[in-house]
Amino acid sequence: MERPEGEQRGASGSGPAGEAEAGSGPVLEEPGSGATDTTMEDCLSKKIEITVSEAEKRTGRNAMNIQETYTAYLIETRAVESQTEGQCSPPDSLWRRYSEFELLRNYLLVNYPHIVVPPLPEKRAEFVWHKLSADNMDPDFVERRRIGLENFLVRVASHPIICQDNIFYSFLTQEGGWKEMVNETGFQLKADSRLKALNATFRVKNPDKRFTELKHYSDELQSVISHLLRVRARVADRLYGVYKVHGNYGRVFSEWSAIEKEMGDGLQSAGHHMDVYAASIDDILEEEEHYADQLKEYLFYAEALRAVCRKHELMQYDLEMAVQDLASKKQQCEELATGTVRTFSLKGMTSKLFGQETPEQREGKIKVLEEQIHEGEEQLKSKNVEGREFVKSAWADIERFKEQKNHDLKEALINYAVMQISMCKKGIQVWTNAKECFSKM
Amino acid sequence: MEAQSRVPGPLLSGSPPSGAAARAPPPPACPQELDLDDDEEDLEVFSKVRPGPGQPRAPRAPRPGPAGLEPDTSLTEANSFSPLIPTSPSSMINQYKFEDEPELRDLFITVDDPESHITAIETFITYRVVTKTSRGEFDSSEYEVRRRYQDFLWLKSRLEESHPTLIIPPLPEKFIMKGMVERFNDEFIETRRKALHKFLNRIAEHPTLTFNEDFKIFLTAQAWELSSHKKQGPGLFSRVGQTMRAVASSVRGGGVKSRPDMFTDIHDYMEIFNEKIHLLDKISQRIYKEERGYYCELKEYGPIHTLWCASEEGLVDSLKGVASCIDKCYKATEKRMAGLSENLLPILHEYVLYNEVLTGVLKRRDQIQAELDSKVDALSNKKAEKDLLTEEIGNLEDKVECANNALKADWDRWKQNMQHDMKTAFLNMAENNIHYYEQCLATWESFLTSQTVDLHLEEGSEDKP
Repeated sequence: MERPEGEQRGASGSGPAGEAEAGSGPVLEEPGSGATDTTMEDCLSKKIEITVSEAEKRTGRNAMNIQETYTAYLIETRAVESQTEGQCSPPDSLWRRYSEFELLRNYLLVNYPHIVVPPLPEKRAEFVWHKLSADNMDPDFVERRRIGLENFLVRVASHPIICQDNIFYSFLTQEGGWKEMVNETGFQLKADSRLKALNATFRVKNPDKRFTELKHYSDELQSVISHLLRVRARVADRLYGVYKVHGNYGRVFSEWSAIEKEMGDGLQSAGHHMDVYAASIDDILEEEEHYADQLKEYLFYAEALRAVCRKHELMQYDLEMAVQDLASKKQQCEELATGTVRTFSLKGMTSKLFGQETPEQREGKIKVLEEQIHEGEEQLKSKNVEGREFVKSAWADIERFKEQKNHDLKEALINYAVMQISMCKKGIQVWTNAKECFSKM
Repeated sequence: MEAQSRVPGPLLSGSPPSGAAARAPPPPACPQELDLDDDEEDLEVFSKVRPGPGQPRAPRAPRPGPAGLEPDTSLTEANSFSPLIPTSPSSMINQYKFEDEPELRDLFITVDDPESHITAIETFITYRVVTKTSRGEFDSSEYEVRRRYQDFLWLKSRLEESHPTLIIPPLPEKFIMKGMVERFNDEFIETRRKALHKFLNRIAEHPTLTFNEDFKIFLTAQAWELSSHKKQGPGLFSRVGQTMRAVASSVRGGGVKSRPDMFTDIHDYMEIFNEKIHLLDKISQRIYKEERGYYCELKEYGPIHTLWCASEEGLVDSLKGVASCIDKCYKATEKRMAGLSENLLPILHEYVLYNEVLTGVLKRRDQIQAELDSKVDALSNKKAEKDLLTEEIGNLEDKVECANNALKADWDRWKQNMQHDMKTAFLNMAENNIHYYEQCLATWESFLTSQTVDLHLEEGSEDKP
């Protein structure tokens, strides 16, 4: 499918389209994309409609030649303009499984460390309450995952920077050989080791204060959303119990009505309404599960925020080490040149013990050091530039993220209220009907 | 409130029989105490002095004087309530009408203020029983006494003895339900108190039982008076004897064989009713439990949103709003729960306990019938004592007829009450739920309004994409 250029269209596809801010600052040269300024209007999401429309159970052989069952998801893409022109052209489509989504995301994480990369829906069902199954093959779970994956793709496509990535585009359009293509980029080699990152976290001396605050914020966000989701699950569990036990009234009223002459009709019809009441909770809670998923997305976003912070710490630490290294080399050079030993060094001691070097040797050393110093200074300069640019673009994306988050969470809370209102209205309806039946007893 | 004057004992031989005259004003011995309501003109007037129309002939049983209160239960049972039970339909209607109008009640009882008493031997609870009345046969218009569960048990057994085929209201369970650690925890005491209150009020509302002498003593006597009165009663043995005879006769199959269909129908009805009411009781208790769990979780749920505010400047309004809504909802849940425990649960449980009462009543009726049947059998065998047996049979036939009538009338009354109580209880439950949902709806709707107003304001100032 040709990459369509076209007029602006409204963002399509379900899930929040992520209102990216216009003009998010200079974009670093990114691999796999043109280095262009992108505004919201140029986002991929405006040009193509992306949906994850189906999920299918498959069996196949994995890398270790063991038979396994997995779910494959159908990704459909359709040029937006072709729709509005009245043609309903069939969408292009291909199947992907969850692990491929993970691969894509890891690639994006490595190549766009200054971007808060949208998270994937959870790998395993968490925060379940008793009726929900924790089984990955459960149809409800698969359905919610399908929606989550679609949301992920739309979010990426709506991001002004990463939507331009070729690997991403290929993910959407190129069925075969995509995995090989990704691996060929060698992104795994570029990835910072966890150990290195951890080391940097502990030893960095002067990180940008904003990133330190951001880290605290992301920890708090994660903690509060987890807590909220846990309690919500318990609330759902209890609510389910209340509704379902009422269903027993229906059965018993019906049986009782058989022996009652005057009360029989009233009881029987009231019983019917109790059944309706008990059944209504299933839909109510299923809808609420979608609300929980919206919160979960931001729970996982917290991790993405932390990733950006880690990258900053790493870069800053790297810079600090380079500065330290340069300073030490300069000092060595000076010592050699002036012949004074300011600091204790084993070399100094041994030379004292075993005799000084020859002037030629010393000259040689100084020359080497001077070259190293020169190199180091150049490196330091570019590191500084890199660091500053990273901070600038990362912070721009974080601002974009914050706006998106405020908007989305506010909307989610409003949706929650809407759901509660709907539940209350249904409750009033059912109990009013029941009351009328009881009054006829 | 209608002042009903009751004529004190002196005009008759001895103190008034237990369960004297039906609930209608008697012709007063003391004219100045009469206060007839206009509505009651058409009520059948049953009194100690003149028998009303339509009731079986009943010899006046000699009642012992005030000192000894030992009624001869075997022969005088029939007599003691024959003038009392209205058997004509119109009188029954009037009776119901009478009962439905609370303004005509002249006896108000409350049970409250449980207090713990610790002695060397035992720990027990007493309840305060306050009686307010305008009835003449009560010396005072207000009484306050303290009673313990044992005393209620005594009263119930006395009533059962005196009126074997009347439906005596049930008492709350004697023993603690399994699962409770403390013998006297607050919830248990409160439940029991409410049930005891209901028990006494049901007796007060019963056309016959309300005039029972033991009932009056229970309400008015001081502790020592009650103790001495109790000791004079026929005691445990006669009751045991009664029950044993009842069991024996049902074993013999005598009572069941010639039982009128009506009572078999009642028996069959009760079997199914009991099953269903048991289930409803269980279901309702379970709903209460689930609601309580829901309430507890909601209580924790709201504050998390408030906590979240601390780290989110942009969301403070929304989060606080949601937190406040959830808080209001959990308070509404609390109310809903209270409604259940005030109304539906006690009623359902009472009717569960009624099963034992009704089973007992049916058995005792059967036993009375069995006595008659055995005498009839004896008559056909022993030609010799024919005359004596015939007279005995005559008496027993009266007794059976009265017993049957008493039970039939009381059964109809019980059924009416049951229907009324069930309807009221379930209506109340429905109303509670409607009210609950209405409250929650209002709070979420006002939150939504506040949010969408904000949203429109925000959208107005953003650049449109």
